[in-house]
Amino acid sequence: MIRVQREDFDVGVELDRLAHGNHRIGGIASFVGLVRDIGGGERVSALTLEHYPGMTEKKLAEIELEAHRRWPLDASLVIHRYGRLEPGDRIVLVATASPHREAALAACHFLIDWLKTDAPFWKSEDTPEGERWVAARGEDDAAKERWEQARASEF
Amino acid sequence: MKILYFAWLRARIGCAEEELALPPGIRDIAGLLDWLQARGPRYAEALRDPSVVRVAVNQDYVGREHPIRDGDEVAIFPPVTGG
Repeated sequence: MIRVQREDFDVGVELDRLAHGNHRIGGIASFVGLVRDIGGGERVSALTLEHYPGMTEKKLAEIELEAHRRWPLDASLVIHRYGRLEPGDRIVLVATASPHREAALAACHFLIDWLKTDAPFWKSEDTPEGERWVAARGEDDAAKERWEQARASEF
Repeated sequence: MKILYFAWLRARIGCAEEELALPPGIRDIAGLLDWLQARGPRYAEALRDPSVVRVAVNQDYVGREHPIRDGDEVAIFPPVTGG
């Protein structure tokens, strides 16, 4: 399931709901992304996340479907927030549930790596020097590329 | 044709969305980016280095050779930084 929202979420409630009533599930893996107070060496007092409504949901749904193709998942959830956030605030939750931990952990890692390079969100930071758009990181492309390689080696 | 701009491209161009008739002779994304660059100083500045710009047509990422038609939704934006 995909949710793109301004509001915060309750991690415990979301994880409980994900596995509720399905006793095939043996484990849930999760990743929670938080706003840091430092960006590019500068103090960050707030972050604003902009997104492309419509395309965001479409890309997230495609990435989620791909995770279900690659691993035997019983359930998955991606919640991504937008709007103004402060250090310590939750930005994103990725959770995956499966009978066994390997699939859940790998799929969760895959989802957050792919989301970083494919989901149309942009961050701007409020710093003492003014507002600054966050630059994309080469490491994120490399992290996604690892999964492409993993897939190529399956065949 | 609808064109959407996001993040610093929106800020530099000073517009989030505009409705345009497909300019004559423009057939693909590369042609559209060249045409936009020549529209004025804000466009020229925002699109100075088109290699850093990502483009989506009808909400899918596309390359520079992708054809465009009147009625398409074209989005132009910097590399994404979510998560």
